[in-house]
Amino acid sequence: MKLNKTLLAFAIGTLLLSACSDDEKDASLTDGTQNTASGINDASTSGLNKGSGAYGSEMDGSGMNGISSGNGDYASTLGPEFNDPNNPLSKRTVYFMLDSSQVMPDFVPVIAAHAKYLVANPSQRITLEGHADERGSREYNIALGEQRAKSVSSMMKIQGVSENQLEIVSYGEEKPKAFGSDESAWEQNRRVEIVYQAR
Amino acid sequence: MTSVFWSADVEVSVNFFRRILFIVVFGFNVPFGHAALTIEITEGVESAVPIAVVPFASQNAPVNISAVVNADLERSGFFKMMSEQGMPGRPSTAAEVNFKDWQTLGQNYLVIGQVSDVGGGQYNVQFQLLDVYKGGQLLGYRMASSADDLRRTAHHISDLIFEKLTGKKGVFSGRIAYITTNNQGSKEQSQQLQVADADGFNPQTVASSVEPLMSPSWSPDGKKVAYVSFERKSAAIYVQTLATGERTRVAEYPGINGAPAWSPDGTKLALTLSKDGSPDIYVLDLSTRSLNKLTKSFAIDTEPSWSPDGSSIVFTSDRGGKPQIYSVPSQGGQEKRLTFSGDYNARASFSPDGKNLVMVHGNGNDYRIAVMDMATRSINVLTSGRSDESPSFAPNGTMILYASKKGRTGFLSAVTLDGKMQQKLVFNSGEVREPSWAP
Repeated sequence: MKLNKTLLAFAIGTLLLSACSDDEKDASLTDGTQNTASGINDASTSGLNKGSGAYGSEMDGSGMNGISSGNGDYASTLGPEFNDPNNPLSKRTVYFMLDSSQVMPDFVPVIAAHAKYLVANPSQRITLEGHADERGSREYNIALGEQRAKSVSSMMKIQGVSENQLEIVSYGEEKPKAFGSDESAWEQNRRVEIVYQAR
Repeated sequence: MTSVFWSADVEVSVNFFRRILFIVVFGFNVPFGHAALTIEITEGVESAVPIAVVPFASQNAPVNISAVVNADLERSGFFKMMSEQGMPGRPSTAAEVNFKDWQTLGQNYLVIGQVSDVGGGQYNVQFQLLDVYKGGQLLGYRMASSADDLRRTAHHISDLIFEKLTGKKGVFSGRIAYITTNNQGSKEQSQQLQVADADGFNPQTVASSVEPLMSPSWSPDGKKVAYVSFERKSAAIYVQTLATGERTRVAEYPGINGAPAWSPDGTKLALTLSKDGSPDIYVLDLSTRSLNKLTKSFAIDTEPSWSPDGSSIVFTSDRGGKPQIYSVPSQGGQEKRLTFSGDYNARASFSPDGKNLVMVHGNGNDYRIAVMDMATRSINVLTSGRSDESPSFAPNGTMILYASKKGRTGFLSAVTLDGKMQQKLVFNSGEVREPSWAP
């Protein structure tokens, strides 16, 4: 009985909604680059009227420190120099000042070491992930993160790294390395991560 | 659904039609999920209109209708609610009301009603809005509601009362979209785009991803949401139909694909792309898929938002060194700077009447929500948090929803346009951000 009622409700809901959409002029929207199921990675969507969206999962307040962004960094598998703390290749994060995309002098040798490696290994590709701290608006921070990644990218290109070895993505403030709302968290989050891709 | 059926102005003929639809919609709706948000009033108003919502009679219903109406009206900032303890009686019909008693207590208006169980999980809800000084009825309705829809019925009652007394459409039946993070910081971390009632109840997930989701924007008809997803390890903009979950990827260019904003006529999206170098504002025609590039600066241009008449687009740019708000005609043309006060102004959007611009206003380490009067260009800071962002106007322009942060917890708040009334929507746990009020 309950099921029947739900089905009826869904049918009526659909009817009402489709009746409402008759006057829509943007029907061509759905004819465009419709996703195939296989084209959607790690994401799912659901319709509002399916009633299955009941949201009751408890969230875990623990384990807030350290984030596993799953960025697929293969650097540690490339050779011992990437794990040797005395080798600049072991450093794969470049930090920035507030609202700035200028590379600080401390990180020039780090970028140079990675550039040198990439020139010597032209089939190696990296992703430069730009990030920002939480302050200010989110889309502006996406832009700021991209500027930071581009600063690192252009330094590498000047040193001979090929354009097609470099990929840029900005996550803005969406993937913080440190949680918290103080200067120590903010300075850890204003960064570019040099992520080595699988060969 | 609600906005479609209840959007017309109140007229007798329309009203009749609406009543019929009301019963249909309310009689056969789908059960919704559990409540995950609660409301906390953080500031009050002195100059509000006194009103008493008397607990409705025969309340064996699963939802306390009069309590929901009381809470709705209170957080609108327009009313001063009478506490239950101070009431001289519990009338549920006009015949039982002694208007003098309520006059003595300084009440201007009275809401009374009854809820009766008619069996089969169905209820009849009846209410009256009474003018205490004139001693007469201003509104009276009888509504049928299933048990699952009693909260919606209560919000609809709040809308009717609000509109009758303020002349403005109520927003209590509306919906909001926002982004939330589950299991933050753990390996199971995932992000959800959710849609909920305007008071945060009945949240439903419409998209979920382990990679970031951002910037939800409602279509003007309230049927679709555009948003940014990083699910393919780079940014793309999607348009999703809420009723079916069906969606289309409308932008996936190299670099930034961000900040989608629907044009008032629903045919275009303004967005940010960095495919040519620096981030610029573009307008994407959703039917022809043609792109019109509006800004060409070498600086950051992002966060476009349309004027209500569709003629211009405001956006954030740091071309002057720091982020400020600029505007450009939506067909392209002369860009001009709008904000000059403060060293950080970003993510602006217009009030529905176009008279105000709400934005994130940064001052030192504090980022707050501010409103600029478009006529005088004076800026009024409405909030007092340290990290307030993502302001979104209610469709009637009386309130602004925004995201705030305390420690590690992101939560949503609403503030009235004059800044006098603030309400906090508290999630059970976790991070809630980027609210967007449905049109």
